[in-house]
Amino acid sequence: MLNNFLFVGFPYVALALAIVVSILRFTWRPFSYSSLSSQFLETEALFWGSSLWHWGILWVLSGHLFAFFLPEAILAWNARPLRLYLLEITGLSMALLALVGVVALIIRRFTDKRVKVVTSPLDLVLLTVLLYQVSSGIDVAIRYRWGSSWFSTNAAPYLWSLVKCSPRPEFITPLPWMVKTHFLSGFLVILLIPFTRLVHFLVVPIHYFWRRPQVVIWNRRGRR
Amino acid sequence: MDIRSQVAMVFHLDKCIGCHTCSVACKNVWTDRKGADYMWWNNVETKPGTGYPTQWENQQEYKGGWVVKDGKLQLRLTSKGKFLQKIFHQPSMPTMDEYYEPWTYRYEDLFTGPEQDDQPTAIPISKVTGEYIDIESGPNWDDDLGGSTLYARNDVNLEALTEEQRLQLLSIETLVMFYLPRICNHCANPACVAACPSGAIYKRGEDGIVLVNQNVCKGWRYCVSACPYKKVFYNWSTGKSEKCLLCYPRVETGQAPACFHSCVGRIRYMGVLLYDADKIEAAGLKSDAELVTAHRDLLADPNNPTVVASAIKNGISDQVLKAARNSPVYQFVKEWGLALAPHPEYRTFPSLFYVPALGPVTYSVEDGVALNPTSVDEIFAPLDQARLPMAYLANLFGAGQEAPVRYAMKKMMAIRTWKRAQTVGDVDMTLALAGLRAADCTPEQAEAIYRLTSLCTFEQRFVIPPSHREQAVEVLTNPLERKGAAGFGFREEPQRGF
Ligand code: HEM
Ligand code: SF4
Ligand code: SF4
Repeated sequence: MLNNFLFVGFPYVALALAIVVSILRFTWRPFSYSSLSSQFLETEALFWGSSLWHWGILWVLSGHLFAFFLPEAILAWNARPLRLYLLEITGLSMALLALVGVVALIIRRFTDKRVKVVTSPLDLVLLTVLLYQVSSGIDVAIRYRWGSSWFSTNAAPYLWSLVKCSPRPEFITPLPWMVKTHFLSGFLVILLIPFTRLVHFLVVPIHYFWRRPQVVIWNRRGRR
Repeated sequence: MDIRSQVAMVFHLDKCIGCHTCSVACKNVWTDRKGADYMWWNNVETKPGTGYPTQWENQQEYKGGWVVKDGKLQLRLTSKGKFLQKIFHQPSMPTMDEYYEPWTYRYEDLFTGPEQDDQPTAIPISKVTGEYIDIESGPNWDDDLGGSTLYARNDVNLEALTEEQRLQLLSIETLVMFYLPRICNHCANPACVAACPSGAIYKRGEDGIVLVNQNVCKGWRYCVSACPYKKVFYNWSTGKSEKCLLCYPRVETGQAPACFHSCVGRIRYMGVLLYDADKIEAAGLKSDAELVTAHRDLLADPNNPTVVASAIKNGISDQVLKAARNSPVYQFVKEWGLALAPHPEYRTFPSLFYVPALGPVTYSVEDGVALNPTSVDEIFAPLDQARLPMAYLANLFGAGQEAPVRYAMKKMMAIRTWKRAQTVGDVDMTLALAGLRAADCTPEQAEAIYRLTSLCTFEQRFVIPPSHREQAVEVLTNPLERKGAAGFGFREEPQRGF
């Protein structure tokens, strides 16, 4: 019962809210979409915090996505121990970067007078959840080896079962609690996306790569 | 040929008295809000000085504007391939410390202070944190050369000067300064637009005003770094960038922008410039030495039939073309060669031009009495002995080239001398006329310049083209639909986040 609620109900609710609210927010309150950068108020601690956090988390996140979409490829790669160690060590070091980054960001939020002014309660909730997400991930990676392999055999099938609308939580219910909380806080992050500044990574401006350098808008008919 | 119309500006620095009325007019209308409190879309700097934000002209530091790299025009800040590297933290973006921390005073203390021996004071408090603040800088902290050893001495444009010249510039007997009022230049090749990854900043096709779409801006802050004039500002409260909008609601209704309208020295002119958008890239690739000419070549003659034909093809109306033919800006920039764009080497092709300020009139004094001048050279010191070295002005207005600055200064000095011969009569008229000729100026032109400089009316200073918003509105929405409603547009509280 509890398992069904936590690992079937909750993820669906989180994902549904994330999609619906993000779209509604984008159409009804586009002004609220922003990275809410605070670099203008404080730049040095942000350099360390933001750079380490983002580079770390983006690599880790890509790793998770890769294992989700191509679990067999990961298993094939991990067939040789040396390659397995290489993957695990890379992943772990990226996670450590993110950890240092998010800790720096949290310290910055509490110590800089000006940054405090633009810190909302939700900012702190988000940073705390992210801190938990990264540290639980590191803990799991160290204690329950080898994550990259069992992600492909357990987590990926479970997540796919959610995607295919035939949820099979039994793939992960036997896993240790620490691992399960890592899942839960992951869903919590998804839930937080539409309500916090996390919307910023939904609107990463990749169209910059192909747009023309100058933007000219004509009000009258007949012109671009 | 792709002729476009641009609402352009001239600031006549010889007339600016440094009163900051323009800045206050702008502040009261647009930036008196939380998060925008530190912004001065219009600010007035004392030159030599470091300006606002401090040392904004130092592009080694701030990486603003365009450079020619591998034969191509590129942003100094970033390129398409590499822009994501800097998105998490902008290495060259100025922070609040480079502008100043805005403050107010706790005035209520004056009324609520307890009974005591001393008068109560209103202590300064930060507008960001609300706490007591020890004020260390402001938007015009070096006004009138205050703290010149720290500020004027570190003016980026002094680069080309010898140590001796620098000392002379700042020694008390030969001290010199002028004011530089600055707004967004609404450039023809804006670096802010090109740098914005979201595409939130755009140039309006009809009048060339550069605006930030507040709904599209995501706070990636590339524009702040990329604008070499530091005229895009980051609103620290809403997380969006904002900039001078040239008071477009006023311009659309035929009124001059607030800073123009309120200008006490009447230094500001506004008029239409037609320019050929097809030529911009080629002009940007020119060497520093050719830039002033290349920029002037971009500007098209509104009396030329081919230009007019192309303008009409682009939908530019007859009234706008008429305004272009009466444009004071066209006269100052193109016909007379008096007005120069600031830092053309940034290659954004500003639509704001400055008539440089002359040095002080000189007198010889005998026994404490000022003598009337006996020769033309005695009214103004010759340019090579001017207190403000030409090399300095050349760095500011000529991409390092002295020739265009000298041309403008010589002409203005010749006109002043000629007028003096006419009205005061203590200068020999033949000498004055020879001076005009040497400065490439006919008496007719001199008279026209004199009139537009000194006797200009509101209508002559501001030749504002009609915006034809009536046509635009019909495209966007049915006007009758909103009849009796509160209007349309962006009507949302500038609230941070969700
Ligand atoms: C390519 C994708 C991303 C881009 C371009 C990006 C960009 C940014 C930017 C510009 C900021 C503002 C930094 C400042 O204050 O100046 C920011 C802040 C932040 N980002 Fe991202 N981000 C991305 C992905 C992510 C992801 C995947 C996460 C988390 C799952 C994330 C979490 C955060 C957090 C928590 C902050 C707030 C930091 C703070 O000020 O305390 N970002 N991001
Ligand atoms: S001066 Fe104005 S138009 Fe030009 S680059 Fe700066 S903000 Fe953009
Ligand atoms: S209002 Fe006019 S005269 Fe006064 S500082 Fe501004 S530009 Fe100069």
